[in-house]
Amino acid sequence: MSWRGSGARSPLRTFWSRFREDRIALVALFVVMIILLLAIFAPWIAPQDPYDLSGLSLRDARRPPGFVGSGGYVHWLGTDAQGRDLWSAILYGLGASLQIGVIAGAIGLVIGTMIGIVAAYAGGRVETLLMRLVDLQLSFPAVLLALVLMALLGQGKAQLITALVAAQYAYFARTAFGAASAERAKDYIEAAMATPLSNARIVFRHLLPNAMPALIVVATVQIANAIALEATLSFLGLGLPVTEPSLGMLISNGVKYMMSGRYWISVYPGIALIILIVSINLVGDHIRDILNPRLAR
Amino acid sequence: MSGFILQRLLQAIVIMAVMSVIVFAGVYAIGNPMELLIPPEATQDVRERTIQRFGLDKPLVEQYFLFVKNLLQGDLGRSYIYNEPVLKLIGSRLPATIELVTTAIVGALLLGVPLGIYAGYRPDSPVSRAIMSLSILGFSVPTFWVGLILILTFAVELGWLPASGRGDTVEVFGVGWSFLTLNGWSHLALPATNLALFTFAMMVRLARAGTREVMLTDTVKFARAAGISERVILTRHVLKLISIPIVTVFGLELATTMAFAVVTETIFAWPGVGKLIIDSINNLDRPVMVAYLILTAGAFVTINLVVDIVYALLDPRLRKGHAR
Repeated sequence: MSWRGSGARSPLRTFWSRFREDRIALVALFVVMIILLLAIFAPWIAPQDPYDLSGLSLRDARRPPGFVGSGGYVHWLGTDAQGRDLWSAILYGLGASLQIGVIAGAIGLVIGTMIGIVAAYAGGRVETLLMRLVDLQLSFPAVLLALVLMALLGQGKAQLITALVAAQYAYFARTAFGAASAERAKDYIEAAMATPLSNARIVFRHLLPNAMPALIVVATVQIANAIALEATLSFLGLGLPVTEPSLGMLISNGVKYMMSGRYWISVYPGIALIILIVSINLVGDHIRDILNPRLAR
Repeated sequence: MSGFILQRLLQAIVIMAVMSVIVFAGVYAIGNPMELLIPPEATQDVRERTIQRFGLDKPLVEQYFLFVKNLLQGDLGRSYIYNEPVLKLIGSRLPATIELVTTAIVGALLLGVPLGIYAGYRPDSPVSRAIMSLSILGFSVPTFWVGLILILTFAVELGWLPASGRGDTVEVFGVGWSFLTLNGWSHLALPATNLALFTFAMMVRLARAGTREVMLTDTVKFARAAGISERVILTRHVLKLISIPIVTVFGLELATTMAFAVVTETIFAWPGVGKLIIDSINNLDRPVMVAYLILTAGAFVTINLVVDIVYALLDPRLRKGHAR
């Protein structure tokens, strides 16, 4: 099916009515929406500002779930080693993780798509050079590449996004190249190139829209991957600075207390992370099934 | 054909040269290791001698060429922290990593393929659904998180298995191996399970998809018509037919699993190469970082080169210069 397919109903409607058919995907989408809202409105929902160190009391540190702290409210998920309310920390951490994942995914999408489409459109030497580079990089595990880059670049948000983009753009490039070069081989593009239409017009009106469905699927999965990768790097101590803990950092901070039975410091942020990643993946999987022409009815 | 191999070989050499420059420059751009090496109360004289001993007073370009010259002679420098030749240090840690990775992927293969075949043979049974759910979890849940849950469950709560180290080892050829003792196996169990999960998920999917396809072919129909039992069909025919993609992916997985061992080794304090590199990043131990990165890049370039050449041998179309 085509993204811009004509018909009695708009393509978006058709898409939505097919998306609704799968209960699990619908629930996953709902969960993703809830998490987005929670992350955006965290400053108003969270009972405490976890970044404000002056508001924390060490007397509240490492308390189990259900403890009523010096703030006078219940810490439903317990507190961490600094006396932070874990529920608040998780709400803010979801925001930090999502932000990194979405920004890295978006930049990777733009850079990768550009490389893939340029390679497909130009063909010849340019194609060989660009795609050889992409293939080479794809043979290198993303986690190792990101790890190495973080070691070289040092800690920080910009460095982290750079490392994630460098580790992931190749997946977008491969997808964009595959879709665009299949389209490039069709007669109508050949015909369009014979007319005085500008290159930009052919690329943006024909090649790019046809590569879009596949790219959207990859983007969904890559956002989830970026979030998981960020958590892994933060866990290894190579991610964000400690002042703005993402979910991975929260998990990492709790590990040393796990052995003494204070499981909640690591486990609850971890559960939040898993719910986030699995829901995004389920939504992405289902979009892929809908857009896959081989499974179309 | 020899032209093709020569071309790929040249490409590999160029890539290695570029990698060595990037790695060297990148690693030397971060932090000053001298602050760690020289105690603050050291005299100016000691300070200068130390800097000289590590060759850090020379210009960066000269340091690089010295590094390449030593590299070609098989000398990758000495670790700042352990004060040992880097190659010896990595060599002493390598067996632990190899042991862990091998256990993990062999385990994933031996368990994943039969379960995948079953899931493909009876796609609608509840057991198959459970197997597939497990494989989806294996794909989406981050390795480090699974590791933590394994520790929490089996080491902290149940107390069945140790959470760190290698346990008792037996020396063979001057190298200690954990898999030769019962205690070593108990230490190996959790990290290997952790590392295996992703490969396991991959094997299940491949075997399931392959089995579903093969079950519909004439091979199976005729075998059934000939009265061959389902068991023999699955073990003799299906297994043979699905093994080609599995073997291909298995080779590629080996490299990825080595990379993920970094995470697993850190969680379980497994004294392998992965833990060494994380420690050296945190300690700014430059020679170890540079050596690890160069060796890893070299390993990947070599694997790619071999894969390219093998594919070219199998597919004559690829030999004609153009890769596609």
